[in-house]
Amino acid sequence: MPKKVLVVEDSTAMRSLIASTVEELKGYETVEAGNGFEALKALPAHRFDLIITDINMPDINGLEIIHFVKNNEDYKNIPMIVVTTEQGDEDRKKGLALGATEYITKPFDPEQLKAVVKRVTRG
Amino acid sequence: MAKKEDSLKEFVAEAEEIIERLNQNLLELEATEDKTAVRPDVLNAIFRAAHTLKGMSGMVGLKKVSEVSHRLEDMLDHLRMGKLGLSPPVMDTLFKGMELIRGMIADVNGGKGELADIAALLRQIQEVMTGEATQTSSAGIEGIDPGVLKVLTEYETHRLNENIRLNLNLFELTARFKLETFDKDLAKLSQRLQSLGEIISTLPSPGMSPETGILFNLILGTQADIETIRSQLSEERLEIKAIGPKGKRTPTDEAPAAAMPAQGEDKPGETIRSITPTVRVDIGKLDSLLNIVGELVLNKAVIGQIGKEMRANRGFTTEGVELQKAYQALDRRVGELQEGLIEIRMIPIGQVFDRLVRVVRKLSRELGKEVDLQISGEETKLDKSMIEEIADPLMHLIRNSLDHGIETKEERRKTGKPDVGIISLRAIQKGNNVVIEVEDDGMGIDLAKVYKKGLERGLLDKNKEYDRRELINVLFSPGFSTADEVTEVSGRGVGLDVVAKNISKLSGMVDVETEVGRGTQFSITLPITLIIIKALVVRIGAEIYAIPLNSVSESLMIQQKDIRTVERREVIQLRDHTLSLLRIKDLFHLSAGPSQEGRLYVIVVGLAEKRLGLVVDAIEGQQEIVIKSLGDFLRDTPGIAGATELGNQKTILVLDVAALIEEATQAHAGDKKAEQDSKRKAAARP
Repeated sequence: MPKKVLVVEDSTAMRSLIASTVEELKGYETVEAGNGFEALKALPAHRFDLIITDINMPDINGLEIIHFVKNNEDYKNIPMIVVTTEQGDEDRKKGLALGATEYITKPFDPEQLKAVVKRVTRG
Repeated sequence: MAKKEDSLKEFVAEAEEIIERLNQNLLELEATEDKTAVRPDVLNAIFRAAHTLKGMSGMVGLKKVSEVSHRLEDMLDHLRMGKLGLSPPVMDTLFKGMELIRGMIADVNGGKGELADIAALLRQIQEVMTGEATQTSSAGIEGIDPGVLKVLTEYETHRLNENIRLNLNLFELTARFKLETFDKDLAKLSQRLQSLGEIISTLPSPGMSPETGILFNLILGTQADIETIRSQLSEERLEIKAIGPKGKRTPTDEAPAAAMPAQGEDKPGETIRSITPTVRVDIGKLDSLLNIVGELVLNKAVIGQIGKEMRANRGFTTEGVELQKAYQALDRRVGELQEGLIEIRMIPIGQVFDRLVRVVRKLSRELGKEVDLQISGEETKLDKSMIEEIADPLMHLIRNSLDHGIETKEERRKTGKPDVGIISLRAIQKGNNVVIEVEDDGMGIDLAKVYKKGLERGLLDKNKEYDRRELINVLFSPGFSTADEVTEVSGRGVGLDVVAKNISKLSGMVDVETEVGRGTQFSITLPITLIIIKALVVRIGAEIYAIPLNSVSESLMIQQKDIRTVERREVIQLRDHTLSLLRIKDLFHLSAGPSQEGRLYVIVVGLAEKRLGLVVDAIEGQQEIVIKSLGDFLRDTPGIAGATELGNQKTILVLDVAALIEEATQAHAGDKKAEQDSKRKAAARP
């Protein structure tokens, strides 16, 4: 089965950049969500192997998504990568404390993202 | 297309939108005289815009844009966190920074690169940031669930502090929504809450299921008391509880007024030139405009009808002729308006094809099959809403072709085929329809295998004989799959039945041609738009119905004696084929109309594999109709697609051809049919 990755990011351009970077990896497919609502709707519709989420989003923020996923019996084992800014120290720490596996900092090197994705979804 | 160019193009389009919004937000800020009353969400939106610009420009390699937006982001972060006040120099710096970015992006878009000198602005940012800092919030967060604090971003924590510092009331609202509609419901609730105060957090609670729905915890900071909030909200399943250090105390009068900032004004002399000559429009706006045009089409038909009646009753009077002229002018203009609007909604199907190219590349690599995807007709246009809906079915057909159709290299060599398989994806416009074909040069569908599987699955009867078409129809039955094993690529429990269903929802049809050893071709026929369609208006007894013309292939006049009965089904001979008939009269339990010496009309609907003759009493003519959906009661009535109004302001029902065909080809008896029948009885008379 190809691995399915949910990409939650409100900037269209950033989202498609992340998605296409992940799809360059063999055996990975992405589903894109432009906000928390879309992410919540996508979760029961697929079996995700990884969730990549931005933190600063209107309405439901990335931390709330992590909290939701990590406290839900059906999804809590899905690894999560948070995408933060260089200044987003506090938010990054909170994300990891809530159960995110890894973080990457914007702007990121596509190869670095690919490496993190592979590492997190292994096994 | 190169990825880098793609990203840059996407970035320019998004940056332009962001700058447009930024501009509006900045003007709103400037128009707010009391800078302490600036709406925090506006400030946060500006911060987020700068943040996105920074992230994106860095990724597409625009160093200067990235640098400027980075510094602006720092400054805005201080602003939204209350570490910096909104002084006139700060406002000036924001405006200048935005203009600088706009200019650079325009240059980049024009192929000139980042020309501007950014040093002066960076110095200016440096200067305002070293200016005096305003007070930061320091009030304690007592009485707030630590679990809530864990999920607040740094900014949200700051806003919570600010609300406490300003002595506002804090409430935790718990609302339960249905899974299907929670996004819309929550948006509605949020909008009302925002008129009362500031929503600090929106936390979905982890449990969700179709039975219990989904629960959200919202934190609201407001001047309003609990009673006022209750009176403003009508949600039944909503709990409100006071939280924070103030608890249930009533609000004090000293709380500063959260004045709504006035609308911004345009500053004269500023250039607001757009970089690209296009606008992005919410499809909802186009929908409502088209609805209005739809109403106009109906009004036009009414006027036409009046003109006809006038002529019939009074002959060619001066007024009648004038009315006729005016009607013709109106007819032309409304037609142009409608065409123009439909044209705006049209987007090239190439947008979907591009996505499919990506899928094919990936899949062929994974399956170890070499495939050449040949695309043609990508400029063919379809309604935006159709484009979105057609992507999944096409993806499915392509996966099927790759997985089950195209053979491995070794198998292909054995049969003398070239190593590289070919999948063709074609779009062709034919009148008011678009035909999309997915063709492969693979192994074709083995109908003997289909027959065997059909028997195993209980879809076919051992004692009956089936012709080619009937066997092909089985492919579209729920639960059918010819793959011996469920494969990773296309065996996802979704079969061709879903493809067919999705396409019939779009008033389209699927057709298959296949030859063992040579390949398979699926063709999908879709109407260009679903909004305004041409229909054949027919009469059965005293009732009038409309049949979408795009599904009609021909109409015939027959005599009662031409009808034969085969296996309890009425059929006629149409050239060298036998055509099954369906009497609309029986389907909707209509009383028999005045029979005209045994003369009947048959409307032939459907495509090659699935054809059906609808028997009606008379054909009234062709007309443009606007399909309106029916209320809940009739929504699930099989055979009815919607309702429409005719020029004489009579409401009639529009037949759902795809559903009728499906029904006729299955012809199952049982409870379901009885239930559907009773619904139809009710639906028969609008």
